[in-house]
Amino acid sequence: MTAYLITGVSVVGGEPTDLLIRDGMVAAVGDGLAADDATVVDATGLVALPGLVDLHTHLREPGREDAETVESGSRAAALGGYTAVCAMANTSPVADTAGVVEQVWRLGREAGLVDVQPIGAVTVGLAGERLAELGAMADSAAGVRIFSDDGHCVADPRLMRRALEYVKAFDGVIAQHAEEPRLTEGAQMHEGEVSTRLGLTGGPAVAEEAIIARDVLLAEHVGSRLHVCHVSTAGSVEVLRQAKARGVRVTAEVTPHHLLLTDAKAESYDPVFKVNPPLRTAADIAALREALAEGVIDIIATDHAPHAVEDKECEWAYARPGMLGLETALSIALDVFGPRWDLIAERMSRTPARIAGLTGHGVDPAPGVPANLTLVDPAARRVIEPAELASRSRNTPYARMTLPGRIVATFLRGEPTVLDGKAVK
Amino acid sequence: MIRHLLSGADLDAATATLVLDTAAEMATVAGREVKKLPALRGRTVVNLFYEDSTRTRISFEAAAKRLSADVINFSAKGSSVAKGESLKDTALTLQAMGADAVVVRHPASGAPHRLAEWVDGSVVNAGDGTHEHPTQALLDAYTMRSRLGRLDGLHVAIVGDVLHSRVARSNVLLLSTLGAKVTLIGPPTLIPVDIAAALAPGTDVCYDLDAVLPDVDVVMMLRVQRERMGDSYFPSAREYARRYGLDGPRMRRLPEHAIVMHPGPMNRGMEITPEVADSPRSTIVEQVANGVSVRMAVLYLLLGGNNR
Repeated sequence: MTAYLITGVSVVGGEPTDLLIRDGMVAAVGDGLAADDATVVDATGLVALPGLVDLHTHLREPGREDAETVESGSRAAALGGYTAVCAMANTSPVADTAGVVEQVWRLGREAGLVDVQPIGAVTVGLAGERLAELGAMADSAAGVRIFSDDGHCVADPRLMRRALEYVKAFDGVIAQHAEEPRLTEGAQMHEGEVSTRLGLTGGPAVAEEAIIARDVLLAEHVGSRLHVCHVSTAGSVEVLRQAKARGVRVTAEVTPHHLLLTDAKAESYDPVFKVNPPLRTAADIAALREALAEGVIDIIATDHAPHAVEDKECEWAYARPGMLGLETALSIALDVFGPRWDLIAERMSRTPARIAGLTGHGVDPAPGVPANLTLVDPAARRVIEPAELASRSRNTPYARMTLPGRIVATFLRGEPTVLDGKAVK
Repeated sequence: MIRHLLSGADLDAATATLVLDTAAEMATVAGREVKKLPALRGRTVVNLFYEDSTRTRISFEAAAKRLSADVINFSAKGSSVAKGESLKDTALTLQAMGADAVVVRHPASGAPHRLAEWVDGSVVNAGDGTHEHPTQALLDAYTMRSRLGRLDGLHVAIVGDVLHSRVARSNVLLLSTLGAKVTLIGPPTLIPVDIAAALAPGTDVCYDLDAVLPDVDVVMMLRVQRERMGDSYFPSAREYARRYGLDGPRMRRLPEHAIVMHPGPMNRGMEITPEVADSPRSTIVEQVANGVSVRMAVLYLLLGGNNR
């Protein structure tokens, strides 16, 4: 293995120093380090963060390799500063058996660009009718701990209760896509002024809030862990705030796009802005930002959702919901919160690693810890060009926007996956 | 003149008035023995209909033909569209055929906006999903103006399923632009959220038809689909008709001069009784005739007929 000496780097916003990486670990941190055998990376002006961890990624393999593969998604993740991603279960076939989660896990290892941690489906085929073999997935080589029917809500309250209870046996967590399906039948966007003007069927905020309210009560009742995917409304924030104050074991995520974009984007009828949960209002964005800063919302997760061109270049109502996110998430966080490095490390690396149980990730660079880290140039600004993204898909909502920050290098267990802003393989 | 007509909001007061004035000139053609003008000779107008709509398609077809345009009717059924061709590929095909204008009817809101990005010609929205139907609003405005002599200061009640109505959205936008006041009436389940903020700030909402009738110049009844009952928008057709249907006694609560409109097709006995539909106050047949004149004006102006 090669040793790397990273010089003049600010570790999570601290004073510039040097980092020596050797044998997959951070060997030393301090000023004026030297190592004759090490490749020197001049990181003057750069900030080192613990490698980012995404709790919500759609890699589309198996099933839609035309939109993304484990490898292409891993490369996009590494370029975004990630060292670990959790792959959602709504593949084809669905990741609802030990066999499928092991396949995804193995593909991730073969790609070797980030640690790919599969998420298992809660119910067979995401159909919301009976539990998938959660224990078998937990016991598999993939070691699944997060279970989610994401894309679908586990709407049946009895099934949700059972799932929450059952995974306690192996310290699992249910990640809920909170959406009361009867309230969002046919929904195309957020219900409000814009949906009324555009004549698109609206899904009300209460469809999300009602399920979160129910689920925190269920989790409290059975003493289980609940994770809430992609929180998108101010009302959801209030439900979570109250639940946390009562001591409910609930964590929650928000996506970069829900921190930045409003439902006004639908005015173009360009389905690149169609996503579920939908883009909401400026008031929701303000509440989500505040909640993330305070910790009522624990983490940023991308909900990276690649879609083939033909699934987006069509009428709004016929398009699939979802947006790319891995290669732009850190830039959006910088745009929204500025250089609050400790906050960014907490919300995008340390806490998601802890929720997912990914030891070795989410740890600040220090002697003796695994060298999973990323180097950010906070002064850089870049124009997002869809064609230049590493993802197989092009459905970024930030096309031609100028965003702050650039990932210069990413290291996974001491080996670079990105150097000079380019993927190593 | 604007390039596309996608929404009632595309028209400012001056442009809308120009369309109505032009339509009045076009109407004189209908009275001639030879109902044809040479204005669009050599131009191609494509009627691209993804929904069955005999009356709107025929109206556009008659309008284009009276202006001497070549008309191609492209219906989704039995064409490549039924075989799953995407809207974009269809657009590129029409583009290659040199369509000067595409008149599009589509079940998906916003489809004409997408189409306008992919073709060089003018796109006319002939009804998209539950979004808009701007030429219907123009012909309604034309009908009001010819019956009542003005639009500015009129009070127009639009009654029924506003939530799913493209006619209502376009009418609210256009009538507000032209100085009329609109009150939307229907059960609360069928009035979309934030409608005034979404469309026109002066718009009122009322759930009581009887309270509004004595104060209006125009009452426009919207078609209410019986299937909405299944979605619990209202309990039964009978209850709907009792609370929001326009019958003889209700019609007699209107001011003497007030007119009754309906964009068609009507559900007789549901939102409107035969007595009202066939009364002298009803403009329903007139609206159809005016539709051709207004669509002639729209095609003429969009295709630059005024520059010749």
